Amino acid sequence: MMKKSRRSFLKVAGIAAIGLGAAPAMNFASTNAAHPVKSKNQTALTAHRWGMVIDTNKVTEQVVEHVMEACHKAHNVPDFNHEVDEEKFPNTRPVNHKQELKWIWEEHFKYAFPDKEDEFLAEKFLDLPFLVTCNHCKNAPCVQACPTQATFKREDGIVLMDYHRCIGCRFCMAACPFGARSFNFRDPRPFIEEISPGFPTRTKGVVEKCNLCSERLAKGELPHCVEASEGAITVGDLEDPESEVRALLNENYTIRRKQSLGTEPSVYYVM
Amino acid sequence: MLEIAIKGSKSYWLWIVFLLAVMGAGAFVYIDQYMNGLMITGMSRDVSWGFYIANFTFLVGVAAGGVMVVIPYYLHNYEKFHRITILGEFLAVASLVMCLLFIVVDLGQPTRVLNILLYPSPGSMLFYDMLVLNGYLFLNIVVGWKMLEAERNQVEPVWWTKPLVYLSIPFAIGIHTVTAYLYCGLPGRGYWLTAILAPRFLASAFAAGPAFLIILCYLIKKFTKFDPGWEAIQTLAKIVCWAIIANLFFFLCEVFVVFYSGIPSHEAHLTYLLFGYHGYNALVPWMWTALILMFTGAVFLIIPKLRNNKTLLPITCGMIVIGAWIDKGLGMISGGFVPSPLHHVTEYAPTGKEIIITLAVYATGFLILTILFKLATQVKEEVNG
Repeated sequence: MMKKSRRSFLKVAGIAAIGLGAAPAMNFASTNAAHPVKSKNQTALTAHRWGMVIDTNKVTEQVVEHVMEACHKAHNVPDFNHEVDEEKFPNTRPVNHKQELKWIWEEHFKYAFPDKEDEFLAEKFLDLPFLVTCNHCKNAPCVQACPTQATFKREDGIVLMDYHRCIGCRFCMAACPFGARSFNFRDPRPFIEEISPGFPTRTKGVVEKCNLCSERLAKGELPHCVEASEGAITVGDLEDPESEVRALLNENYTIRRKQSLGTEPSVYYVM
Repeated sequence: MLEIAIKGSKSYWLWIVFLLAVMGAGAFVYIDQYMNGLMITGMSRDVSWGFYIANFTFLVGVAAGGVMVVIPYYLHNYEKFHRITILGEFLAVASLVMCLLFIVVDLGQPTRVLNILLYPSPGSMLFYDMLVLNGYLFLNIVVGWKMLEAERNQVEPVWWTKPLVYLSIPFAIGIHTVTAYLYCGLPGRGYWLTAILAPRFLASAFAAGPAFLIILCYLIKKFTKFDPGWEAIQTLAKIVCWAIIANLFFFLCEVFVVFYSGIPSHEAHLTYLLFGYHGYNALVPWMWTALILMFTGAVFLIIPKLRNNKTLLPITCGMIVIGAWIDKGLGMISGGFVPSPLHHVTEYAPTGKEIIITLAVYATGFLILTILFKLATQVKEEVNG
């Protein structure tokens, strides 16, 4: 007993000595760099204000399907139609489809643009699928409403969420004029077919929504929806006059959802 | 003083045990909600607030209504309210505890609730709501307790209770104003996006709060030896009368603006509530019941003969409380979410589990109310007896 404690004392003392010896060297190393620098991936895609242009002429049912699947799979968004693996998740209760989650989905014109409902609307628009998602508004009401800053706006305009800070009050859902937000009414994991390792799964009791694939932009990759859209979706810097999105906005007549509310959506629709 | 609460008659203890049983049942169901999430409720992606927030909103009103006895007594020296001021303050305490409980049971991640303090967000109305609700609760506990203690010892209350009382008046207005601001500052919700929302909330609060207090005065008279005084009750009834008329008038203003201007995003909600929308009409009978109850209640209170009728008055007050509860609870919250911002219609109804948890929160409030009222009435009996 005695021996052992002496040995452990020596061990601790030894480690402490190493520490003491290392300290000056560490200090030296740190004083060498005048300012601590946050390293940024040089290949990351950046913008002053990210925006999205959706060419409605190119959005077909098939494109919608591919886009939704790519986004939801990559971000581990649960699918309530998925058959639960009873062995892994025993006693999973039946789902309430009204409590579903979605980041990007399809709406008809009159739902995507309820303020532009028109009984004499051109027929070609009536059954056209419109892709809707978070608008990453310039004046985002959800950011304003959040009592914990779990929803926040990045300098580049992307509205992001901290799933570990969210208290699940759902004030942001009431605030969003676009129904872009979903709440995890239950543990989402039984309804994820295959967990994709590139993005964290969420827990029950937090809100979630489209993040414009910020995790991919950081790696220099375009969002999943852009890649799956066969050219229908373009993202880029709204504030850069030379950007592809600005070229599209220049050449085409575009509309935004509920413009009159003044939230300044960053998603444009080419008509 | 608390020792008074552990001495009581058989019926007192039966009532306490009953409340504890309801609380126990609710706690049991809440464990289910805590483990499995808010999936056990009837809420959905489109209707993301439900019964909990509806009752929260209503009870903020009941709490604010307490100020209607404080103002006449402290600002106008209306002596008749001397006996019931403490009841108004204690009713506010019980209501606020229920409000805070309703917020907590509504949270998806209740263990993270302190994030509101850790990351204060002055842009969020919920942040201010937390400040004023807790502030008003604190003020009422301190003031109520100190006043009662002074009364028991037959001394003047400590000098600093007076400024706290005056401070509690703007706080009472504040809790309901900020609660209205939670809703009326949201750009995409046509039903709530109206400047009259906070005044309307206050009007219905000043009706429902005192009306409930009148009912409580009747119960106190029946079950204790303390008499709150018929004249005080009569004055309260007049306050209820004015407030419920103001509430109905504000509602009428809202109806006029919405239907005469005909802006669809505002019209759709009231159409849903009053007549049904695209064949969905779950709340239509409720809303008309509420309007009839409040309107009839107002008529019963305007006519002096009916207002002075001792048997009718508690029934009238019951009508007004229920009417305001439907209007502000069920209608206000569900009505704001239906139709959704995309004009889809998803209706909402609370589940059985949701209702049990709600009842348990009410039972907790009534337990606090019973104990505080027992203290108050007993002290008054001692002093007057």
